Amino acid sequence: MIHFVLLISRQGKVRLTKWYSPYSQKERSKVIRELSGMILSRGPKLCNFVEWRGFKVVYKRYASLYFCMCINQEDNELEVLEIIHHYVEILDRYFGSVCELDLIFNFHKAYYILDEVLIAGELQESSKKTVARLVAAQDSLVDAAKEEAASISNIIAQATK
Amino acid sequence: MNPFSSETRLRDMIRAIRACKTAAEERAVVRKECASIRAAVSDNDNDYRHRNLAKLMFIHMLGYPTHFGQMECLKLIAAPGFPEKRIGYLGLMLLLDERQEVLMLVTNSLKQDLNHTNQYIVGLALCALGNISSAEMARDLAPEVERLLQFRDPNVRKKAALCSIRIIKKVPDLAENFVNPVASLLKEKHHGVLLTAIQLCADLCTVSEEALEYFRKKCTEGLVKVLKDAVNSPYAPEYDISGIADPFLQIRLLRILRILGHGDADASDLMNDVLAQVATKTESNKNAGNAILYECVETIMSIEDSGGLRVLAINILGRFLSNRDNNIRYVALNMLMKAISVDGQAVQRHRATILECVKDSDASIRKRALELVYLLVNETNVKPLTKELIDYLEVSDQDFKGDLTARICSIVEKLSPQKIWYIDQMLKVLCEAGNYVKDEVWHGLIVVITNSTNLHGYTVRSLYRAIQTSGDQEAVVRVAVWCIGEYGDLLVNNIGMLDLEEPITVTENDAVDVIEAAIKRHTSDLTTRAMCLIALLKLSSRFPSCSQRIKDIVNQSKGSLLLELQQRSIEFDSILEKHQNLRSALVERMPVLDEATYSGRRAGSLPAVASTSQGNPLQIPNGVPKTMDAPLLDLLDLSADEPALQNSSGPNFLQDLLGGDILSSASQSGTTQPQKSGTDVLLDLLSTGSPPAQNGSSTADILSISQDNNKTSVDALNSLSSPMVTSVQSTPASSIMDLLDTFGPSPTVPKDNDPAYPPLVAFESSSLSLIFNFSKQPGSPQITQIEATFTNKSSDIYTDFIFQAAVPKFLQLHLEPASSNTLPGSGNGSITQKLRVTNNQHGKKSLVMRIRISYKLNNKDMLEEGQISNFPRDL
Repeated sequence: MIHFVLLISRQGKVRLTKWYSPYSQKERSKVIRELSGMILSRGPKLCNFVEWRGFKVVYKRYASLYFCMCINQEDNELEVLEIIHHYVEILDRYFGSVCELDLIFNFHKAYYILDEVLIAGELQESSKKTVARLVAAQDSLVDAAKEEAASISNIIAQATK
Repeated sequence: MNPFSSETRLRDMIRAIRACKTAAEERAVVRKECASIRAAVSDNDNDYRHRNLAKLMFIHMLGYPTHFGQMECLKLIAAPGFPEKRIGYLGLMLLLDERQEVLMLVTNSLKQDLNHTNQYIVGLALCALGNISSAEMARDLAPEVERLLQFRDPNVRKKAALCSIRIIKKVPDLAENFVNPVASLLKEKHHGVLLTAIQLCADLCTVSEEALEYFRKKCTEGLVKVLKDAVNSPYAPEYDISGIADPFLQIRLLRILRILGHGDADASDLMNDVLAQVATKTESNKNAGNAILYECVETIMSIEDSGGLRVLAINILGRFLSNRDNNIRYVALNMLMKAISVDGQAVQRHRATILECVKDSDASIRKRALELVYLLVNETNVKPLTKELIDYLEVSDQDFKGDLTARICSIVEKLSPQKIWYIDQMLKVLCEAGNYVKDEVWHGLIVVITNSTNLHGYTVRSLYRAIQTSGDQEAVVRVAVWCIGEYGDLLVNNIGMLDLEEPITVTENDAVDVIEAAIKRHTSDLTTRAMCLIALLKLSSRFPSCSQRIKDIVNQSKGSLLLELQQRSIEFDSILEKHQNLRSALVERMPVLDEATYSGRRAGSLPAVASTSQGNPLQIPNGVPKTMDAPLLDLLDLSADEPALQNSSGPNFLQDLLGGDILSSASQSGTTQPQKSGTDVLLDLLSTGSPPAQNGSSTADILSISQDNNKTSVDALNSLSSPMVTSVQSTPASSIMDLLDTFGPSPTVPKDNDPAYPPLVAFESSSLSLIFNFSKQPGSPQITQIEATFTNKSSDIYTDFIFQAAVPKFLQLHLEPASSNTLPGSGNGSITQKLRVTNNQHGKKSLVMRIRISYKLNNKDMLEEGQISNFPRDL
């Protein structure tokens, strides 16, 4: 089970946090501080796993961002690396070669996508295409609602002219 | 409209925050934004609620408090439209966690949304429930989720399956409701549904034994077939990852097969073929393939034995181990730890490679490898492995040394073939990383050293060499100082040379130099310095020629600001100055420390004893054994050859000494513990060989305390000794000083003996006789004054004459100083000494006493012991 997902920039800024196990706000910031210290200081050629408080944190760096997932001792670390890559590929498809700025300004989108990939700390969908389709369908629902609202306000505006 | 509300768009706010150059600027921007959001919240502004919540989420990620936005999430969730709900649920998951009360308010909205006609809204609700549900919510909403497992759209079914995992984790009682729906989901083709259903199935198996049995019977065959299909499936771009069809699904299938096959031969049989197929057919040049192989190996290791498969699995691990990718090596080490219990021999084959991993530049790999090496060590390979590890210690990282030394020490301790090897290895470790080892390590080393009587000379010489080269390692200094203090004479005179040793020439001054350097070293801490002082005191008697020099060094600490050092040096100086006669006895060599007790105590297998050691964790280096039986018997029992006597009743001196009431308590539950602690104290005092008067008095005091409670007796000992007890020797020493100062100058005692009792010949041997004269003071019948008169029956003079006595707990004994410590021959004089015995059970029990008399005859140590039980009855 994945206990939490963290996206940390090379400067140690938090870009996304998702907690599947209960951590209080205080613990959360402590965890982030501890882990960013541990992970950001590791050299480039080392393995992608750090042992931490009886858990394992699997991390992978993509450009300026570190994607980290915390798992149990007995979980499959290599698979989690694959899950991270799975998520990154979906982000990449969605934003079209994703960069850190995309994730800053559209952080909520990154969360929506993550919610289609993981629930309760478990993988939900192994098909990138399906995830992309589901996110797109929900985005279009939002757009339709916006247009409707705009057209209504147009009608009101015209009517009150 | 509120003039402050929602002037900026989300994008503009993020820009403004990113443009900040300092943390203060950022705080200002955030404060302004939060103010306007709060204003909007209190205005109950509807138009920009979702934008405000999005801003709040960003602010939350930066680490600012955002609790005032929690209710906004609930309002958005309660709104009818999808966009509001979408951001509302996101905020709910981000800003709240399951422990907040607010969450209870959302249960109703969740229930409505789970029944919504729009499948995406159902999806949102399932996602939120799956991520942050509390136990109460899980209980309330489980029926909805259960129903959604049969929803028409597979994307809702998969979400419902994962949501169920959260529910059964929170409320395991609900597991049985999910068993049947899951069994039908396992037959589906949709990968998402299959993936999540398998996961749910695995979690059901862990919470419910019945579910496990059910799935094992009904689903094993089907799941094996699904895995077979997945492995053999043609290229499907949608699920392909580097040439492998849906590795996520394969991994989950392997995992559920592991659970079903574990401990069940039939189920294991069903899956043998497909596991062999996965193990041989999966490509291992990409991470996805390795992830599958890794999972497959674990499954093969866990299911019921099939020899061929295991060989396959171990071979895969061997390949992993030699892989250049650090990740693969890491998981190989991880898996080998599990494989050790299955096939230790096969793992041993990779020992060399594993040992290389201990030296890896990657801390994660080093740690794994070290743990694995620890499991691999056995009697046959302990020597080469230890050598490798110690060699590596030299070059290892500073922060790895702590772990590494701990492991090496425990390997050496566990498996050392000979004592000399143990001592050698430990010295090497201490020399390399003496600043990183824990206290137990060098305490344990000292225990072993004292036990290896024939190696004392060798050890002290090795330590002398070691401290010359590694004097900066605290642990080396401590052990060396202790040993030089104890065995300084062996060092100087090259006693006990082993063949393999090179002779060294060390003068007495050289040995003192070492201690002086250690005490003056600025990095030495209090413990080390205190140990140095004791070593000096001991050396003063071993090296009479250096006496003056040692006195000077001791004197330098008299002005120490550390109370312990100051007190110690003043006491020791006083011993050196005024009490030459008792010094040699006081600093005798330590008796052998009992290894079994010590290691038992550390392992905690002797809880009562362990608790005594907590109060005084430094007792071992002091070499004061607290829980030894054998020497105790030597001292107290004439028949020392029969240690079994201690527990038998009848003419047992120990029990006589400690009184009948202890016997009764011992027979209840404490067994021998009270005896032990009581006699420990006695032993401490007796073994230090302090003079009779003071010794007896403190013995009596402590014994009386230990009568109440064996623990307090130890406490009493601790409180008697100086605050940082590095040496219990300082205890008798300090009490000696006190008592000497009080009684020493004025040994006169009122001489109004009441001759109501006849004199008693308390002890008679061919060389010595002892006569007791009794008197009582009127008004205190329980107190008996005894005047002991010693007469020498031989023609030679006895020197260093010391009388010691011990009494059972119901008595208190106070010894006053003897009139002399020299006893002239041929009855030309006598020594007298006064004793005061208080009988707490006056009238019920009569006196009993155990005595020991030591003296020197022509410079030869003589010892006489005896028990006096023929006291007049009503004393």
